[in-house]
Amino acid sequence: MIKDYKFSNKIKTFSLSLIIIGILGISYGFYSAPSNVEEAKEMIANMSHGSDHGGESDHGGESDHGGESDHGGESDHGGESDHDKHVFNQLHNKPWAAVYVPALFFMMISLGVLAFYAIQRASQAGWSIVLYRVMEGITGYLLLGCITVLIILGFSALDFNHLFIWMDPEVVAHDRIIRNKVGYLNIPFFFLRAAIYITGWVLYRNISRRLSLQQDNDNDISIHKKLFRFSAGFLVFFLVSESMMSWDWIMSIDPHWFSTLFGWYVFAGMFVSGITTITLITIYLKSQNYLNFINNSHIHDLAKFMFGVSIFWAYLWFSQFMLIWYSNIPEEVTYFITRIEDYNLLFFGMVVLNLIFPLIVLMNSDFKKTNFIVILTGIVIIIGHYLDVYNMIMPSAVGDMWSFGPAEIGGFLFFLGIFIYIVFKEISKAPILAKGDPYIEESKTFQYYNLD
Amino acid sequence: MSSKSLHVLFDDDDNLLDAVKEIVKNKIYINEVYTPFPVHGLDKAMKLKPTNISIATFIYGCIGFTVSILMMNYIMIADWPQDIGGKPSFSYIENMPAFVPIMFEMTVFFAAHLMVITFYLRSRLWPFKKAENPHPSTTDDKFLIDMETGPNISKTKTMLKKLGAISVEVINNEDDEK
Repeated sequence: MIKDYKFSNKIKTFSLSLIIIGILGISYGFYSAPSNVEEAKEMIANMSHGSDHGGESDHGGESDHGGESDHGGESDHGGESDHDKHVFNQLHNKPWAAVYVPALFFMMISLGVLAFYAIQRASQAGWSIVLYRVMEGITGYLLLGCITVLIILGFSALDFNHLFIWMDPEVVAHDRIIRNKVGYLNIPFFFLRAAIYITGWVLYRNISRRLSLQQDNDNDISIHKKLFRFSAGFLVFFLVSESMMSWDWIMSIDPHWFSTLFGWYVFAGMFVSGITTITLITIYLKSQNYLNFINNSHIHDLAKFMFGVSIFWAYLWFSQFMLIWYSNIPEEVTYFITRIEDYNLLFFGMVVLNLIFPLIVLMNSDFKKTNFIVILTGIVIIIGHYLDVYNMIMPSAVGDMWSFGPAEIGGFLFFLGIFIYIVFKEISKAPILAKGDPYIEESKTFQYYNLD
Repeated sequence: MSSKSLHVLFDDDDNLLDAVKEIVKNKIYINEVYTPFPVHGLDKAMKLKPTNISIATFIYGCIGFTVSILMMNYIMIADWPQDIGGKPSFSYIENMPAFVPIMFEMTVFFAAHLMVITFYLRSRLWPFKKAENPHPSTTDDKFLIDMETGPNISKTKTMLKKLGAISVEVINNEDDEK
């Protein structure tokens, strides 16, 4: 018997309370951020006063070094105030970056699921039809997710924060490398590109959703063919636009640095977190007796994807790291030096969470069909990929001033709350089984021969 | 000792699978099933023990991983250290990222090759070995069950015919041994 999902009060209360806790955390983050250079100086002074942390005294040493440098008396003073301004910018950026990281992370989960959905449609996969409504629910967050990212980018362009230094004409005037990139990195073109990506993604999402719902009451095979054509076309657009999105929204935070496989790397991250989210929501709904037609072969397949794409992500992570580490070119290697020196535990810890843990736990076939173990691994992967995005944004935005304070945790919970609310609301809006699909019987009786 | 056995020929893998299930249900022992391609679910129907080859492969992979570390340590660090790209090879751990591709490849190499060799040995296959399958058609399009007769040969035969067998041959094992 198939029971359609009803948006439960439990989920509603849970997600709304996450949003409220999140807002409190974010507001505290903005409230405690310095509003001018003097305040920032005072904060740093208090911090080194209050604690004997190695990090802080290192920091003191750094500014001493700036004072003693071979620039001569006049520029000494300039160096000091530049440094203070730099620290102010970092502290000022901190709450913004703390909100930007989860905004980007949850938007990319939704986008990764959209890509997975399009791949299932374009390859005319048989096993995954029963999961379509869950996927469509998750991609329901895409529009809002893109808009939140766009709003934060808009605040950056309006000089509310200093996340993207190339948006500051004063910085560009003194920086030859950025000046050479102005043809691509300028504010109007940046937002024009963002508008094109978002329009393309949301258009495909809405068209495929509409056709998929239409198929429920209409056995016309032409809908299926149309979905196939739209999905194949979308994948071509997606591969280009996703790559450019990763340059624009993530890589340009470090406008001097670039990596040619960055788009792939970001894609692997969003793909695995998207598949993990599908798995987690599927197992949750099944535990609430909604998806009775999903058997352990479906879960086994999703877990195989989690396992495989985790390894694919690690392959790209390592390919990017090793080439830059080996060639040791100063303007490239600074990217990893910041991360290894200031973010050592996070940077390598994230690799443990995203590669070693899923590799060891999900290697066994029996574990891949055990809901408890798949959920445990899924949560680890989600945390790991949040830290991956954190590692892409924070070192360039706040340098060594990072921490996990109320703003970071609040930002994560805020977007998690919105994500859960929208996704479950969207799942409740449609029948839980895409029953009009021509492959639906194959999907319902799907059985991996090696499982009982 | 005069023991008899049956060679039952099928021309369809679904019939074969149903027949195997029925034979097992009647508690008649199956010596072996010869098929031209792997039939999914046959091992389960015959109630065979699950294979341990995946565990063996994991161990082979671990051996390959260890060998690669020792090998690279000997070649690049101990025996002939070189300065490549401003990274002198005096310490394994500092040069480790450069060795990761080799560690990966050696793990795969050991796991894959030793797994195949184990599989051949376990299946008693080696070069120039004479084929054991009793009927040449099992390398083409037929499936053969080599089974015991059961308490009543004619009853077993009728059952097999009903299950879609295209021929049932009684084999006298005494003749084979001479």
